[in-house]
Amino acid sequence: MTEVARRTAYAIALPLLLVTAWWFATADSTSFYWPSLQSILEAFVDTWTLDRVQQDVLPSLGRLLVGFSLAVVIGVLMGLAIGSSDWLRETLEPPLEFLRAIPPPVLVPVIMLFAGIGDGMKIAVIVSGCVWPVLLNTVEGVRGIDPVLRETATSYRLGRRRRITSLLLRAASPQIVAGARQALAIGIILMVISEMFAATNGLGFTIVQFQRSFAIPQMWSGVLLLGLIGVALSLLFRLVEIRVLAWYHGHRASQRKA
Amino acid sequence: MAAATTSAAAGTRLSLRLPTTAGARGAAGLLGLVLLIEGLPRLGVVDAAYFPPFTEMLSALREEAATSSFWSSLGDTVRGWALGLAIAVIAGCAVGMVIGMSSFLRAATATTIEFLRPIPSVALIPVVVLLYGTSMVSTLLLVVYASFWQIVVQVMYGVQDIDPVAAETARSYRFSRIGRTRHVVWPTTLPYAITGFRLAAAVALILEVTGELVIGSPGLGNDIALAQSAGAVDTMYALVLVTGLLGVTVNLLARAVEHRALHWHPSVRGVTA
Repeated sequence: MTEVARRTAYAIALPLLLVTAWWFATADSTSFYWPSLQSILEAFVDTWTLDRVQQDVLPSLGRLLVGFSLAVVIGVLMGLAIGSSDWLRETLEPPLEFLRAIPPPVLVPVIMLFAGIGDGMKIAVIVSGCVWPVLLNTVEGVRGIDPVLRETATSYRLGRRRRITSLLLRAASPQIVAGARQALAIGIILMVISEMFAATNGLGFTIVQFQRSFAIPQMWSGVLLLGLIGVALSLLFRLVEIRVLAWYHGHRASQRKA
Repeated sequence: MAAATTSAAAGTRLSLRLPTTAGARGAAGLLGLVLLIEGLPRLGVVDAAYFPPFTEMLSALREEAATSSFWSSLGDTVRGWALGLAIAVIAGCAVGMVIGMSSFLRAATATTIEFLRPIPSVALIPVVVLLYGTSMVSTLLLVVYASFWQIVVQVMYGVQDIDPVAAETARSYRFSRIGRTRHVVWPTTLPYAITGFRLAAAVALILEVTGELVIGSPGLGNDIALAQSAGAVDTMYALVLVTGLLGVTVNLLARAVEHRALHWHPSVRGVTA
């Protein structure tokens, strides 16, 4: 019990300290740009009503979800194909390295030309940025498969399907998940950027509107919300990862013990 | 012997006819990409008004390269990237080492770091715009924030990975604190720090260009936004190509740094051997 109490104390002490410091440091702030934490929190409650959430937050998250899922599916499929064939990998590696090296946000104006400023543009931007970490990690994961496993699969004459589901995807999944984690971080950035650059609704759009109309506490509350969404999505991802990779973490733990 | 020579000769003959080495295939891949960019608009698959052929992008690039504003934008982007990365590396290594070496600090800061790290750096854009306008400082803060976490976390992992036997040996030989840091902590941490550096170098470039694009601080990103709003489509694509080349250079540079700094490490020795 004391152990649990000690851990909890460690976990919450510093965050509590920082928030308290913020609260008191800005408590009677007269600075226009740094409103008091109290007014930010009040603005938070007033600003992010159910209506607002439905109008601006959910569309943003929806685009992120669709774009991210598409990127994972495309990345894994292409990664499986490229990783399984030496000549395909050697041919496509330099062009892919180049395309990957283009900072994804510069694709916002490019894709706007094709897709306007609607949902399609934003989803396309998110996909075009998220697909690379997944693709490259899948290729590496497939290439790194233990040759003994490969040969075992061959001598058991696993069919194509079984080979993909039980060997390739399984063995590459730790790398795929690592790639997907990177992709999620990029996806959130692109979600916000595409809305800040050109949009009529969405989280990024709303926050920039607040900033331009000098609604400072509201703007800060938006920044806070964006931070909370980032943290929540990364926690959610961790939960999914623990489930999906339970076998892998167990395997690693038993290896470490041995 | 004779059989070996003939088969070797056959091998060379075959490789003359078919490019079988990885390099040749890679070159073919790049050529294919260029042909694709050239061919899609020429064949009318995509509208040339939106996606000009490769040769037009190149001639736009040639025009750009003749202007001094292009080179000063490129300079701004590279300078912002390098400065932001340098600040993040120094601060990240220092903070990561201090936190990593003390189990108390590690336990006390764990939740705070877990909370601050996933905050998307672009969330800070309105704040920095408000405080610093469209100056270079705004973008610099984004770059530093985003790359700092990559390095801190890697350095912390590295410090925790120290072999306890090595640490205790150093202690029983009465190494000073500085000696322990220099001879035990540093060599173990360096590979992790370098990995962090490589990730941070790429992230820093992304955020540098993002800042320029969205905030409007001087640099290639800003030029892309201007070209787009002016309808100079081929110039825009030329600049996008330049940012891609910059990205490739950054990746190669980071890999070269890794090789130099870790030439003694088994992972690199294995690659070169």
